[in-house]
Amino acid sequence: MARDTKAPPRREAREQAVIRFAGDSGDGMQITGSQFTVETALAGNDLATFPDFPAEIRAPAGTTFGVSAFQIQFGSTDVLTAGDELDVLVAMNPAALTVNLRDLRVGGTVVADLAAFNERNLLKAGYQANPLEDDTLAPYQVLKLDITKLTTDAVRAFGLSSKEAHRCRNMWALGLMLWMYGRERQATIEWLERKFAKTPPIARANIAAVNAGHAFGETAEMPADIVGYTVAKADVKPGLYRTVSGTEALAWGLLAGMRSAGLERMLFSGYPITPASALLHTLAALKQYGVVTFQAEDEIAAIGAAIGASYAGSLGVTSSSGPGIALKTEMLGLAIATELPLVVIDSQRAGPSTGMPTKTEQSDLFQAVLGRNADSPLIVLAAASAGDCFEVAIEAVRLATKYMTPVILLTDGYLAHAAEPWLIPDVDALPGFPVTFRTDPAGFHPYVRDAKTLARAWAVPGTPGLAHRIGGIEKSYTTGHISYDPDNHQQMTNVRAAKVAGVAADIPEQGVALGNSSGALAVVGWGSTYGPIHQAVKQARADGLDVSHVHLRYVSPFPRNLGELLRGYGRVLVPEMNNGQLVQLLRAAYLLPVEGLSQVTGKPFKVATILEAIRA
Amino acid sequence: MITTIEPPRLAPKDYASDQEVRWCPGCGDYAILKAVQKTLADIGAVADKTVFVSGIGCAARFPYYLATYGFHTIHGRAPAIATGVKLANPELDVWVITGDGDCLSIGGNHTLHILRRNVDVQILLFNNEIYGLTKGQYSPTSRQGTRSPSTPQGSVEHPVSACLFALGAGARFVARGVDTQQAQLVDVLKAAHAHRGASFVEIFQNCVVYNDGVFDEFTAKEVVPEAQIVAQHGQPLLFGKDKARGLRLDPKRLALEVVTVGEQGVSAADVLVHDQTNRTLAGMLAALEPPDFPVALGVLYNDPATPYEADVYKQVAAAGKQVGGLNELLKSTKTWSV
Repeated sequence: MARDTKAPPRREAREQAVIRFAGDSGDGMQITGSQFTVETALAGNDLATFPDFPAEIRAPAGTTFGVSAFQIQFGSTDVLTAGDELDVLVAMNPAALTVNLRDLRVGGTVVADLAAFNERNLLKAGYQANPLEDDTLAPYQVLKLDITKLTTDAVRAFGLSSKEAHRCRNMWALGLMLWMYGRERQATIEWLERKFAKTPPIARANIAAVNAGHAFGETAEMPADIVGYTVAKADVKPGLYRTVSGTEALAWGLLAGMRSAGLERMLFSGYPITPASALLHTLAALKQYGVVTFQAEDEIAAIGAAIGASYAGSLGVTSSSGPGIALKTEMLGLAIATELPLVVIDSQRAGPSTGMPTKTEQSDLFQAVLGRNADSPLIVLAAASAGDCFEVAIEAVRLATKYMTPVILLTDGYLAHAAEPWLIPDVDALPGFPVTFRTDPAGFHPYVRDAKTLARAWAVPGTPGLAHRIGGIEKSYTTGHISYDPDNHQQMTNVRAAKVAGVAADIPEQGVALGNSSGALAVVGWGSTYGPIHQAVKQARADGLDVSHVHLRYVSPFPRNLGELLRGYGRVLVPEMNNGQLVQLLRAAYLLPVEGLSQVTGKPFKVATILEAIRA
Repeated sequence: MITTIEPPRLAPKDYASDQEVRWCPGCGDYAILKAVQKTLADIGAVADKTVFVSGIGCAARFPYYLATYGFHTIHGRAPAIATGVKLANPELDVWVITGDGDCLSIGGNHTLHILRRNVDVQILLFNNEIYGLTKGQYSPTSRQGTRSPSTPQGSVEHPVSACLFALGAGARFVARGVDTQQAQLVDVLKAAHAHRGASFVEIFQNCVVYNDGVFDEFTAKEVVPEAQIVAQHGQPLLFGKDKARGLRLDPKRLALEVVTVGEQGVSAADVLVHDQTNRTLAGMLAALEPPDFPVALGVLYNDPATPYEADVYKQVAAAGKQVGGLNELLKSTKTWSV
């Protein structure tokens, strides 16, 4: 039978897929991934992303240390991690291939730009021979395309310089991947029109590149083993969705918290540090919502200004990463002693010292809970996902203002950048927790406490009749005058501890994220390990194992039932991206033989790693 | 007819708190406290709208002794906290009390930046050239050779000049006073308060226990006329018993020299007239040192610019108030319905 019409492209159904775009820092891999994310979200899939980029801003082209990557997992079922293994690796040059190939599953697909695999780039990536020509890629399907030439041809009509034309390669690759997974292009086209509104030829060229990449998939003579896929919509709660990163959710959560507290103003102060700076950038553009941002001269001044603002009746918030939090430590003590509300956000990164600034870790737990001189308790919360940052930020504001205490909110480099679909909450429907400023001079002393919360009154300068003096020097229990009395110091130490410990009565009991409230094994996590732990427990349970997932939002104080809950399991396993910090806190608090699973690679856990530990 | 009710005018003693003052007997801080209380009374300060912020050291106990709002913070960081106070509520009248170690050693960075930003506060540096509260170690303003518990053979470091540092940092108001010279100190403090923006006042303060008499060279009663010159805007820079001596600019060396009017052909017109808006002159005056020169006191520099927090709130106002509220912000991107 004559085949005079082209057969419709073959498409196979997939429940989930994991793809990674990898190239030079200057190749635009992050925006490529972000746009693929938007189109995937609009296609109705659940998704999770993992942007992974070097600390160097523009590392020398073609080097392995300059490789920037963006990974996304998407599917028709719950997606909580960016995925263990890649189904498709887009490698824009040899360095991107050599750095990322280890994560590609056997049988997975490599899309490589042939033109970039020249002698010079191969040498920089450490290849003796061209991997596209020897048997390096034998276990995989390989799509060798001259993306450089295909892009140049596609944008020829727009009069771009060869350098400008070359920079459209990422959009060509994006177009091809959009075709491969049956995504639309419209949101990307609109985004390009907005982004390059001032330079229409660049906008049109990039759009042409996206379309050309897509058309190539649609019409080209593809190798027989390369097919397109369909991924059905995920079954999620109905409502209005958007994608959100942890940084965005945090910023908005702080604003929502300020509103719920009935406060007119928030002072957010920070000092540039990776990966926390993004929060300062986000809030600096939101002054119309009542936030004043302050880029301080150093980390100490950043927290100092926040404390000064809280003292003067605003909500003081500061943010940093591990090394910066270390610098803020003495000021935290001042906020504890003067009992002022303060929210401190720690976007954890790999350490110690400078460590690996762009790589994620959870190793500041001890620093947050214990890392100060003297007996200096405060509240520590941890966000589990990008969307969860919104709720935890609100909770941090609630507890800081209600208990007149600093609250440390732990996120990490992964959460800061990772994006996920988010059911947009109705801010107007959020419960309020209005603060009360002290105005009555009758019987006022700065350290007179609320009988229930043990919080002292928030008495703000400018209030008639309440002029008083506070400071870091020990205070007399009620009057707040300087006191060196031995019994008074004992009493003040006790009340500071009791106040924070009492928060346990004001937070929810610890629930079980998945599984039963007792059984053979509980996998206990905190922070951004939520995704991989949840997936691993889900798979283990599907295999018939008696295992449950317990995830902590409150790490100091612990929820009041946590000890009792954990005692109900035969074993407790704690996977952490540190050398075993929560393990020690749990052992110390409950004298339980808790087991740890440590990983400090700068990368999130793989589901398989946790699954293996569950089965062990 | 509108009648405004003037709040009752307060006396200096009304600004004293009920706390017992705990400085050493004879400490220069007592005199400064007195001068500040008089200043507050003279300017009619509202105690409830006034905040004194301090760091750590003998000077830093100051806020406890005033009936205003007070925040005794941590070592060197008062400028940072004061900046936060002003950003939260620019209406508050904020004073920073600091010492030479607090201001120029551990807190040097914050001093630099609060001056550069021009936050509207008054910074009073109690300079006694020693660490008093830690029992007498040499400080960043101690002169070379200062013998102290940590420098038994004498210090080898060169001191920093507080006023030159402030001018270098971009301060718009720099002045000097002496603890015991009450009238002149009150004048300087009032001028500092009147200046909108960061005002920096160095007060030479005698530490009676660890550095007694360190400023005698120019503060001892009998040497004052010849060893001090009080700068006054628009007035010739004259000093000495009969105001016979003055400062003249030697244009060839671009340096100040001491001249006597009526001698060697020097006329009154040759003496420099103080211009408080001239930063170069302020620097030259700040650098004068005994025994060859008198120590310059008074307002050395006063050239106001818009305070930091005013510019910050200009931007906040320009951003406008978001009508749609947070719900609109959360939807201000690509959304989809499920």
